[in-house]
Amino acid sequence: MRSRAPALALVLLVVAHLAPSLAGQAGSPVDAGEMAAVERIRARIEERSKPASGSPAPYTVTIPNTTVTYGMASVPAGEFQMGSAAPDAPADEKPQHTVRHDAFWMQTHEVTWDAYLMFMFVDQAGESSKPDMLVDGLSRPTAPHLEMSFGRGNSGFPAISMTQHAANKFAQWLSARTGEYYRLPTEAEWEYACRAGDTTAVPPGPLDDYAWHRGNSSTPAFADGTYHQVATKKPNAWGLHDMRGNVMEWTLDQYAPYTPEPKENPWVRATRPYPHAVRGGSWNDEPARVTCTARVASEPSWKMRDPQLPKSVWYMTDAQWLGFRLVRPAVLPNAEEMYRAWNSGVELDPY
Amino acid sequence: MTVKSKPEPTTIERRDFLKRTGAAAGALAGFPGIISGQTVTNALKVGLIGCGGRGSGAAAQALTADSQAELTAVADIDEAIVDRAATRLRGSERFGARVKIDHAFFGLDAFQHVIDSGVDVVLLATPPGFRPQHMTAAVNAGKHIFAEKPCATDSPGVRAVLAAQKLAHTKDVAVVSGFCWRYNNMVQAAMEQVHSGAIGRLVAHYSTYYTNPVKPMPPESERPAGISDIEWQVRNWYNFVWLCGDSLVEQAVHNADKIMWVMKDQPPVGAVAVGGRAVPANGGNIYDHFEVNYLFPNGYRVFLANRQATGCYNATHDYLMGTDGTLLLGGGRPRIETPDGQLKWQFEGEEYDMYQREHDVLFGSIRAGKPANTDLNLATSTLLAIMGRQAAYTGQQVTWEASMNSQVSLVPDPIDWNGRHEVPGLAIPGRTKEI
Repeated sequence: MRSRAPALALVLLVVAHLAPSLAGQAGSPVDAGEMAAVERIRARIEERSKPASGSPAPYTVTIPNTTVTYGMASVPAGEFQMGSAAPDAPADEKPQHTVRHDAFWMQTHEVTWDAYLMFMFVDQAGESSKPDMLVDGLSRPTAPHLEMSFGRGNSGFPAISMTQHAANKFAQWLSARTGEYYRLPTEAEWEYACRAGDTTAVPPGPLDDYAWHRGNSSTPAFADGTYHQVATKKPNAWGLHDMRGNVMEWTLDQYAPYTPEPKENPWVRATRPYPHAVRGGSWNDEPARVTCTARVASEPSWKMRDPQLPKSVWYMTDAQWLGFRLVRPAVLPNAEEMYRAWNSGVELDPY
Repeated sequence: MTVKSKPEPTTIERRDFLKRTGAAAGALAGFPGIISGQTVTNALKVGLIGCGGRGSGAAAQALTADSQAELTAVADIDEAIVDRAATRLRGSERFGARVKIDHAFFGLDAFQHVIDSGVDVVLLATPPGFRPQHMTAAVNAGKHIFAEKPCATDSPGVRAVLAAQKLAHTKDVAVVSGFCWRYNNMVQAAMEQVHSGAIGRLVAHYSTYYTNPVKPMPPESERPAGISDIEWQVRNWYNFVWLCGDSLVEQAVHNADKIMWVMKDQPPVGAVAVGGRAVPANGGNIYDHFEVNYLFPNGYRVFLANRQATGCYNATHDYLMGTDGTLLLGGGRPRIETPDGQLKWQFEGEEYDMYQREHDVLFGSIRAGKPANTDLNLATSTLLAIMGRQAAYTGQQVTWEASMNSQVSLVPDPIDWNGRHEVPGLAIPGRTKEI
């Protein structure tokens, strides 16, 4: 693991206490026990952040005491036009509006089963041999009643079928394990990273070079198409693989109509379980929906095959094309913002 | 079977009544007086036996299926479980007002009190070891039944359920089973294809349920002081053969049911199987993997494999091979390919909610005066899985007749909530007797 630049570390200390958190209203009441856990993780992150030279650069992480690795691409601060101005673009991609972002890192590929299974099962995580009180106390998925990879493969393949809550809790677990702060990207961060500086509606280059979609993802075992091992297609200009296609990706945001005014680090905080914004399209989508701007709204039918009450807060039983990746903001936010990113407070399905 | 309850049957009538009084007053003030009594005149009263997540889900589906169904009685082993379920169900925006629990019963004989409380329908969702006893009592009392799968953990239990279903038929009592795939329109369409000859003559069927551990046994060090063997086992029911039937019977029984569905519920000749356990059982006695080879008439072979382990390849698939094609179930829309790999058929359309469908059928049939009572696979599909387990445990070739007639009972009789009950260790093929 490499650490942030000294300049950033300094900014972190100042900004964390002065800057307003990402735009949005206060959510559900804060759970004191959970907040204490967040503060302990935050202290670990601060303690482990070491001065390093140079500006934020791409780096590789190995999850401690495991062989699982992932890349972190550097996404510079900047401004872009979010949404589509194309006349025939879907209504939910309009109006196009200006968004300005701080710098962050983003995982170069979708979270793999290799990493996710360690979160699901303690015995896969190498945690019993090296107990860590901070990690032990974290909330983890219950065992699924259905088999969640659906035979599509584990090693090197993207994890699927998790709820947004589960992705948030994975981010918290990974933060505790690595000493780096992770969370889901906001919808705007996701689109900004997907575009990688490109302003056109459809990025240049043949889609097949960059994305697994319905037209190219079939295999002998899955004639209807399936996900493929991560990073087997070309990355975008910022080094991010499979932003378009392979599996759709959860964002932090509630799915809501766009508004025209310019925004800075926008975060549409969730106030209800559905819909959340999901991005990128998947192996199951037509090429027209495998874009940087296409938006999908999550819905309760993605849990249809869960016969329990309450339905599991961990699994989407009917979303074999749904995964996620995480970002690491260049500036560590305050504990409350970390808490909100890891606790949507709206994980229970209505019934 | 006689059972001794933990405490005297307890009810939370008083507290519940107090809670409901406020709600009822509000309802009276706000609505015309149609629902002025405690219950509407054509309500169907539902009793829930087994209030875990699946039982609560079944109650939700029952209350969704029939707009005048009311949940009036519930049972489980302790008050905390019942309270949690009742609170959740009452919290529903859609049907919470029809959660009118007059009776809550705790302990191993609580099921009988629910049956005797004046309900019309019972939902049986306890661990499967109790199901034969509960089904028998419910049918004897003339109650309509939703019974979760599997319906038993041993051969005597299966025979009891078959007898109960026979009686249900003569008494015009509905029995709908939780073999959910029979209520799934996607798999129904696939089975119609097979039965109409789309893949030709059947050759073989490879069926898998490779997944993760469901409810792993906690270490003995976590066992609370003073807790009886029976209570410890019931609270960790998934890890005990007498309660759960083993992984093959509790979970891969879904595959067994599809196997029987393909065969129009005609039984196999026999089975040979292997199985075992790779990780410590912590005092439980179930295997974590099986592979069963069934022989059906005309030399048709079926291979059923399951595993509950972390970190392994996972899949739940059915490959049904015929002379004219292969049906693939699992991992997407069902499809049939010709022997040279061409797509011959694929399911088109929207899949509907099979769990809801079970209750729509049950309540619809009761309302129509023609109680649904054709789910005999509840017993036979359960036995198919049990005979696979028996073949693996004993190391012997097991015939359908031998399995059907086995006198080996795994469920203690009587069951004393406070009693001692040592379970045998893991079965050892070549030594264990279950036939």
